[in-house]
Amino acid sequence: MLAHATHLRLFWALVLTVLTTGCQLSPAQPDQSLYQQLGQRAGIANIVEDLLYLIVDDERINQAFKGTDVKQFHRNLTDQLCELSGGPCTYTGRDMRKLHADMAITDTQFNALTENLILAMEQNQVPTGAQNRLLKALIPLYPDIRHL
Amino acid sequence: MNSYLLAGLLVLFGATDACAKSPGSRIWATGGVTTIEGAAGGGLVPWALLSGYASDEEWSGTVNLSQTRVDDYSLSVEAASLNWRNRIEVSAARQTLDLDTLGFVLKDQFGLAQDELRQDVFGLKIRLFGDVLYHPWGQWSAGVQYKRQQDFTVPEAIEARDDSGVDLLFSASKVFFASVLDRNLLVNGTVRGTRANQGGLLGFGGDRKNHYQWMAEASAGLFINREWLVGAEYRQKPDNLSFAGENDWWDVFVAWVPDRRLSLTAAWVNLGDIASLTDQQGVYLALQGNF
Repeated sequence: MLAHATHLRLFWALVLTVLTTGCQLSPAQPDQSLYQQLGQRAGIANIVEDLLYLIVDDERINQAFKGTDVKQFHRNLTDQLCELSGGPCTYTGRDMRKLHADMAITDTQFNALTENLILAMEQNQVPTGAQNRLLKALIPLYPDIRHL
Repeated sequence: MNSYLLAGLLVLFGATDACAKSPGSRIWATGGVTTIEGAAGGGLVPWALLSGYASDEEWSGTVNLSQTRVDDYSLSVEAASLNWRNRIEVSAARQTLDLDTLGFVLKDQFGLAQDELRQDVFGLKIRLFGDVLYHPWGQWSAGVQYKRQQDFTVPEAIEARDDSGVDLLFSASKVFFASVLDRNLLVNGTVRGTRANQGGLLGFGGDRKNHYQWMAEASAGLFINREWLVGAEYRQKPDNLSFAGENDWWDVFVAWVPDRRLSLTAAWVNLGDIASLTDQQGVYLALQGNF
C-alpha cells in the first residue's frame, strides 16, 4: 500500500515536471528558430510585400500610408521584422515613436494593420505558433505607434 | 414577448446585414461570445471584453441564441447587444428556464401550475482602461446587470425575498501571446456583487442570507488557431435559500469563429444542484451573429 502511494506520488511528480517544463520550453527556445520559420529575410520580405498589397486595398488605413516611399518602407519593415525575429539584420529606419508622432494612429487603424499582418503571414504559410511569436515580439511597439 | 424579441432581433440583424456593414476591426474572436445574461464573455462568465468587433471609431452589435439542456431543466436565452466604440456595451437577454421534472413536482406536491421561469436581464458594461491584446495589464471593465424575474410565485414560495436585483461586476481579461505550445492564451477574472439565486431565476436574497456577496468567476481559453478557442469557466455562486442548496457552476467549451460575422459555441456544463434536483449536467449550444 505504502509502495503504491509512493509510486503514485512519483507518477504525479513526473507528470507535473513534464507539464511545467513543457510550458517553459516553448517560449525559451532561441528566437533564431522564429527567423527560420518566417523563411529568413527572403520569406519576411515576401510577407511584407503581401502586407503592402493588403494595406493598399484597405480603406481603413491606406490613406495613412499615402505619400510613403514604398521601397524604403518595404526595406525598413523587412529589416525590423528580421531583427525582431532574431535574424541577422539591423533596423535602420527612424525611431518608431518619433515616426508616428504626428500620425494620430487610432486603435481601429492599429487593429487593421495587425489583421493584415496576420493575413499576410497566412498567405505565406507561416505556422500559427510562429505567427503568435512574431505578434508577441511586436506588441511592445503598440504604445510607440499609438503615441501613448 | 419571446417571439417579439426574436423577430425584432432578426429584423435588426437582417436590416444591418442588408447594409453590408463591416462588423468592426477588432481581431477575430476578441469579442468573445455571449453569456446567458447577455454580456460578452464565455457562456457562463462575463469577460472584460466588449461584445462584437467595434474598435475605437466604430460601433457593432450581436444577436445570440443559446440552449442549455441539463438533466432536469432546459434554459433558452435570446440576447442582443450593442458596442459603441469599444467603450460601452449595452445588452439585453430573455431567459426561459423550462422546469421539466420540477414542474410535475410543483403540481403534484404544491398544486402550483408553473412549467417555466422567465427572467429579463439588462446589462451595461464599460471598458475602464487597457486593451485585451496590446496593453501589458490587459483590459479592465466594470458593469451592472439589472435582472427582473417574471414568474415569482415559485421563488416566493421557497423564501426568495425579491423579484428583481442588480449585479455589480468588475472584470479583467488578457491575451498572452505565444503562451502554452506557442498558442495565444486568454485569461479572465471577474468579481460579482450579487444577491441572485441561480442567477436570479429563483429570485434575489433568501431566508438564509439576504445581503450582497462578492463572488469570484474565472475562465481561460486557448486559441488553437484564430478560428478555434477551447477553454473552461468557473462561476462561484451564493447559497441564500434553506429550501435547497446552490452550487458553483463550471463548464468546458469549444468555440468556432470562422468569421467576424458568425460564431458557434458548444460546452459541457455542470450547474450542480438546482431547486433540490441534484447534479445537473448537460450540453450548452450557442449561435451568434455579429453586425
